[in-house]
Amino acid sequence: MTQNNNSNDTVSILTKKDFVSDQMVKWCPGCGDHSILASLENVLPKLGKKKEDIVVVSGIGCSSRFPYYVNTYGFHGIHGRALPIACGIKMANPNLSVWVTTGDGDSLAIGGNHFIHTIRRNFDVNLILFNNKIYGLTKGQYSPTTPLGQITKTSPYGTIDEPFNPGELVIGAKGTFFARVTDKNPKYMSDIMYRAAQHKGTSILEVLQNCVIFNNGAHNEITDKDKRDDNQLILEHGKPMLFGKNKEKGIRINGTKLQAVTLGENGITIDDILVHDEKEEDPSIHFMLARMHLPELPVAIGVIRDVDSHTYEDMLYDQIEERKVSSPYKCVDDLLNSGDTWEIK
Amino acid sequence: MSTKKEKVKDLDEVVVRFAGDSGDGMQLTGSLFSDIAALAGNDFITFPDYPSEIRAPHDTVSGVSGYQVHIGHKKVYTSGDLADVLVAMNPASLKANLKWVKKRGTIIIDTDTFVDKALEKAGYDENPLLNDTLDEYNVIKSPITTLTKQGLKNLGVAPKIAQKSRNMFALGIMYFLFNRDFKATDAFFEKKFKDKPDVIEANKKVIRLGFNYAESIGVMGTTYNIQAAKLIKGRYRNITGNLATSWGLLAAAERSGRKIFLGSYPITPASDILIELEKHRQFDARVFQAEDEIAGVCSAIGASFAGALAVTSTSGPGLSLKSEAIGLAVMTELPIVIIDVQRGGPSTGLPTKTEQSDLLQALFGRNGECPTIVIAASSSADSFYFAYKAAKLAMEHMTPVILLTDGYIANGSEVFKIPKMSELPEINTPIAIPNDENFAPYKRDEKKLSRQWAYPGMEGLRHRIGGLEKEDINGNVSMDPDNHQLMTEYRQEKVARVANYIPDQEIYGDDTGDLLVVGWGGTYGALYEAVKQMREKGKKVSLAHFNYINPLPKNTEEVFSGFKKIIVCELNLGQFVHYLGMRQPKFQYYTFQKIKGLPFMVSELIEKFNKTLEEK
Ligand code: SF4
Repeated sequence: MTQNNNSNDTVSILTKKDFVSDQMVKWCPGCGDHSILASLENVLPKLGKKKEDIVVVSGIGCSSRFPYYVNTYGFHGIHGRALPIACGIKMANPNLSVWVTTGDGDSLAIGGNHFIHTIRRNFDVNLILFNNKIYGLTKGQYSPTTPLGQITKTSPYGTIDEPFNPGELVIGAKGTFFARVTDKNPKYMSDIMYRAAQHKGTSILEVLQNCVIFNNGAHNEITDKDKRDDNQLILEHGKPMLFGKNKEKGIRINGTKLQAVTLGENGITIDDILVHDEKEEDPSIHFMLARMHLPELPVAIGVIRDVDSHTYEDMLYDQIEERKVSSPYKCVDDLLNSGDTWEIK
Repeated sequence: MSTKKEKVKDLDEVVVRFAGDSGDGMQLTGSLFSDIAALAGNDFITFPDYPSEIRAPHDTVSGVSGYQVHIGHKKVYTSGDLADVLVAMNPASLKANLKWVKKRGTIIIDTDTFVDKALEKAGYDENPLLNDTLDEYNVIKSPITTLTKQGLKNLGVAPKIAQKSRNMFALGIMYFLFNRDFKATDAFFEKKFKDKPDVIEANKKVIRLGFNYAESIGVMGTTYNIQAAKLIKGRYRNITGNLATSWGLLAAAERSGRKIFLGSYPITPASDILIELEKHRQFDARVFQAEDEIAGVCSAIGASFAGALAVTSTSGPGLSLKSEAIGLAVMTELPIVIIDVQRGGPSTGLPTKTEQSDLLQALFGRNGECPTIVIAASSSADSFYFAYKAAKLAMEHMTPVILLTDGYIANGSEVFKIPKMSELPEINTPIAIPNDENFAPYKRDEKKLSRQWAYPGMEGLRHRIGGLEKEDINGNVSMDPDNHQLMTEYRQEKVARVANYIPDQEIYGDDTGDLLVVGWGGTYGALYEAVKQMREKGKKVSLAHFNYINPLPKNTEEVFSGFKKIIVCELNLGQFVHYLGMRQPKFQYYTFQKIKGLPFMVSELIEKFNKTLEEK
């Protein structure tokens, strides 16, 4: 690698304040975006990167105003295209910590092609997917994650569009990191953002975000105080998959399916419960975890998958270094004069 | 080389066309013939003409692949109108190419292929070798396939290899006809087929068979010689437009000290730029084959934001897909180079044929008031300089630049005088100074109106930009009406002021006269040759050929003012003349438009110019 990595000792101690920009935050009061911003501002000082070495990139949508609010380098792109812009930045300078903020419409509809191909190539960028299951900025049309049958501005009789589950898509596209959090717990979100940043490769963090204006309560079943213990499975690497107020319930594999069970019932013991292994190369269980949904199963929260793999830019830089040594052309003059040439005297 | 006493005649120039089925190796045959011309010190221009299908149906007209080369003892400017010699390897190639042969020209034919089935597939009701079709030509009928197979029998060569080396037999005939020797071609075989000694042997043998055959039948009587051209002293090479474009970009990166980034998606006829730049990792080239055209240009915008010389290459349909993102680069005032190798349109159009019909798209094909610099290369070789210039203008003026080339100059090749890097103009990028307290993202250079380039990693210059309208100087998002007017005018004026940094429009010929021929881009060679020939006959005709389109050179009006008539020639339905009508409305323009997927022929231009001169 040509670029030297900034080690921690060259970075003065930064705090959240360092990352708050002078721009007025213009999201609706009560919008889940505020807690995502707060969480990221908490994480950025911990990355061991200089402020100058962090870039936030976005496309179009409510989520995409994000770069203006963070006091780093920022780029507000066009609809759906944050990822290729981010990848271009990363290829030009792999030393940068690159963050992409995007919504379900931006990244999965108009930007769907870039979403799967970036993940497949495993560029080392971190993507925060604000999933509010609706188009907010254009005022309430259904998105690729809106549940079937929901009435929205553009589906007056209920949507007839089968939705995506982002996690399925990530894992199907050979994703190396996928995590899911809710917007109700900024502290936990910060922890998971940190994990995303530590992962080398494309990290996708889905935030179940509430749009108070156009899809209020879309995630209530998952996030409500009195329901969340039963409806969220908080994953921890190496730990059994337990949930419920007193961790009395768990997930086991039954035949080819995941099943929610209660400890002590029907002879179920802790040994029957699956132990989470986010490092497992084989994505089958991760896929099943990502697609768990209510009411049969709780929704998986936390890091579902985090496996090591080569990144695109590392391989690119390896080739560059190799060719610098092995190529006969040391400068463009060499190239211009290579091959069949002749002299006129 | 000839042992018998043939009459050897010196020629000033010759146009040779090789044609065969797309699997017959005509491109290779043609380029070997050009290479030999190069080594003999001739000037030349080539024009490959191939179908868009990789393997079109065998023996059909749509599957014919052609390669034309114009070789000169003097400088040549086009790949030639009509061929002096045609090599036709099957009936379909004769059918498709006879119209491109001069009357009394020579046609070399493989008679073995003129069998019923192939004749029928080519659309011949009768065998043209047996009726009067070819009466006006000097036809050399040779059983090339049979002779090739016979000649290789003793070598124990597989029949497939024998079949594939027929083209070398034809090339051997040409070598005899033009007094060429085998040295360089042998060396080529040895390199190309390094691990296949039998193929090397077969090719060497067959090319000599063809040569000896031509000598022995003695039908030619005369052989030809083209003396070395009197070119300026220096080192030369053969170069295609796409190669020249790629190298011009590498040169600009090295000269400016910026790392080069290319984000592209494969598309005919621009893919060769992507293919070439992928080879040059040693120059720190970061080349990215994106998932689509939009990702290509967007990754380039990202790389530009991060401080690289960023480029995306494409052809017409791809340029359409990139429009929105080019607007983003205009708004963020970042330098990117967009190369459009134009092809026949609209839609998928004629992918392998040339046209100049993306001009208005390049100028205006975006939402909003969205000016970019637009320049056009005029030959294969000068694509090097215009690619270099595109990069220079983009970075010095902090704006996207669209460079237009076309299928004709991109795939065609010509002799290129190799420049020295130290002779190329300097590139001065307006890079901001870290921790400059006076830095503001949209503060402008007084003269150029360009903003400074500050990129991630630079201390003390953090800022946020994007596609929303920017407030003057500080670059914050602004919806203020007066600010929008101001910023729109700045963007327009910034590009307009580039006129102060480009050369004046040159005129070939006198500054005044009866007719000014106006062209732009890849039609230069044909227009030049036509004007030259007319001037030799004493006609008061001059040429103004444009490379700088937006903005136009400052003296455009003055140039136009010197002539009684102006005729604008282009390979579209009048896009440049439409633009000139906007920018230079006080002139009346005659037009010559052709939209056949083919370059101009010198003869049709002269005919049109003479008519225009006579018109009252
Ligand atoms: S419209 Fe919805 S998503 Fe957008 S800012 Fe308001 S609450 Fe948030």
